[in-house]
Amino acid sequence: MPERQILYRESIAEAIKEEMARDDRVFLMGEDVGVLGGGFGSTRGIYEVFGGERVLDTPISETAIVGYALGAAMAGLRPIAEIMRVDWMTICMDEIVNQTAKMRYLSGGHPEVSVVIRAPAEGGIGLGGQHSQSFEAWFVHVPGLKVVMPSTPYDVKGLLKSAIRDPNPIIFLEPGVLYGVSGPVPEKEYVIPLGKAEVKKEGKDITVVAWGTLLPKTMNAAQTLAEEGIDVEVVDPRTLSPLDIDTIVNSVQKTGKLVIAHEAMKTCGVGAEIAALVQERAFDHLDAPIQRVATPDVIIPVNRALERLVLPQEDNIVEAVKAIA
Amino acid sequence: MPLTKEVLLNMYRRMLTIRYFEEGLTEFSKQGLVPGTGHVSIGEEAVAVGSCTALEEKDYIISTHRAHGHLLAKGADINIILAEVLGKATGCTGGKGGSMHLSDFGRQILGTNGIVGGGINIAGGVGLAIKKRKTGQICLAFFGDGAANRGTFHEGLNLAALWKIPTVFVCTNNQYGLSMPQSKACANLDISARAASYGMPGYRVDGTDVIAVYEAVKSAAERARKGEGPSLIEAVSYRLRGHSMRMDQMPGGSDYRPAGEVENWAENKDPIKIFNRKLKELGYLTDEAAKQIDAGCKKVFEAASEFALNSPEPEPETAFTWVYAQEGVK
Repeated sequence: MPERQILYRESIAEAIKEEMARDDRVFLMGEDVGVLGGGFGSTRGIYEVFGGERVLDTPISETAIVGYALGAAMAGLRPIAEIMRVDWMTICMDEIVNQTAKMRYLSGGHPEVSVVIRAPAEGGIGLGGQHSQSFEAWFVHVPGLKVVMPSTPYDVKGLLKSAIRDPNPIIFLEPGVLYGVSGPVPEKEYVIPLGKAEVKKEGKDITVVAWGTLLPKTMNAAQTLAEEGIDVEVVDPRTLSPLDIDTIVNSVQKTGKLVIAHEAMKTCGVGAEIAALVQERAFDHLDAPIQRVATPDVIIPVNRALERLVLPQEDNIVEAVKAIA
Repeated sequence: MPLTKEVLLNMYRRMLTIRYFEEGLTEFSKQGLVPGTGHVSIGEEAVAVGSCTALEEKDYIISTHRAHGHLLAKGADINIILAEVLGKATGCTGGKGGSMHLSDFGRQILGTNGIVGGGINIAGGVGLAIKKRKTGQICLAFFGDGAANRGTFHEGLNLAALWKIPTVFVCTNNQYGLSMPQSKACANLDISARAASYGMPGYRVDGTDVIAVYEAVKSAAERARKGEGPSLIEAVSYRLRGHSMRMDQMPGGSDYRPAGEVENWAENKDPIKIFNRKLKELGYLTDEAAKQIDAGCKKVFEAASEFALNSPEPEPETAFTWVYAQEGVK
């Protein structure tokens, strides 16, 4: 029997439903997450199963969504809060950065702060400057948070289930263009531990570390490059904090060359951190300068051609690999 | 609880203990014994004690950067709180949080906050958990007139009213946000009037009258406990000291109030003097008894000082614990 194929967004809803059935402390809150099933359809069918007591549609109040989630966690529940776009996490950065991330440290280690804050991230669907950004680096910079960014339907389910069970606050970023991508997801229950990268494709010539929207683009680029005789190893960190740097370093020690591809802005992106860590840990193994493929420091435009121009594409990855291969 | 003589005298003791704690702390700060700063609530003790006396032990509170009084009024251990403000290992966060990050989870004090208005939504969330878990508790959120102008006030109160959250919102209007008088911060000085726009009751009480605060919070707590939703109580008081101990020590750091204003409030609206007179009128307090209570409260602070000053400094490795659950981070 062929393996079941479901969409990335269906995988999210399935993970939430399974965890809500497993633990009655888990509940979902956010704008339009209930009756509608989410602004991007990632919570469809959950309200129908669990009702308004455990699936809370909120007003447009981002500070209240995250602040209430934190308070509920401190008093014993395990909330999943959805912010409709990662861009709008800027509205509740105090609740995320100063309150949720620091609550444990500033409370003498007392409360369990089991909060998952989910949001669609990245661009590629023409939503423009305030609906297309990718802020994973902002959250990686905050001690106390874990940051997860899954790139496949299989990974998103297993990682979301782990995130919901984790006693730490989690920023869980879902690339918007991947919601409609389907992939194999077994019906049998599984979880994927946080903080573990995966080698998505083995190769011997060059390592490409990629996540989010750029992971499938990198897989395509690797195929193109294979036809030209370049054997690419693709590493997906899956969790950006804590970062599984060991898996990346092991790969670079094998290939001697590294390209990092992400859709977030290049300057101070997570790619810069990975490059720094790799030169600290594996300088002697590097045979070429580390390359970064990322969005230049501009605002994301709506026009399809312009958006395609600024966001990294498969071609950019191919070029970066060829530059040092 | 009914306001028996014993309860009232305990309230008086708590107010005096808070006063001695904060006066003593101010001296420690001048001596360089307090890392950073601290925000004292001298003149606002009636709000802390009136509010917390109206709660049950099982009820939660969430507080602000000006929180020593709230902690002591809810029954936190004065030794541990003073040690924390002095940054000592025996403090409630081992000296890592300081004056703005005090808590006592055993007494349902879920923490204070360095961000003005930062606790309002958290208190709403605690209330949401209470409601879902049907524990019969309530959560009281302390905040100030400054926080009432933040967006968190609007989002938090709107949602609490909408969902009938068992939370009591207590706004201590001490009339200043740092140097900004309330009259320059909002056109309508009646913060309690905002409650109506959210669909919850609002009460404006004299925040220097501990019994008035108690009665208002008691009635709001009963309403919340019955599942009828939150209330907003504005307790009008006055900050008799500057914004922070550190600012009071800066040349010119407190020169923003009209001449005579502080002296006038200290003379005529000091909540401890007012309560002292009230207790005497009721026949519950004599000059002699007042002296004894006074000496007792001073001793409590002296004992706390001895504990805190003699407590060890935190071990260096503790700087790295509690960042994440289950693991230290280096």
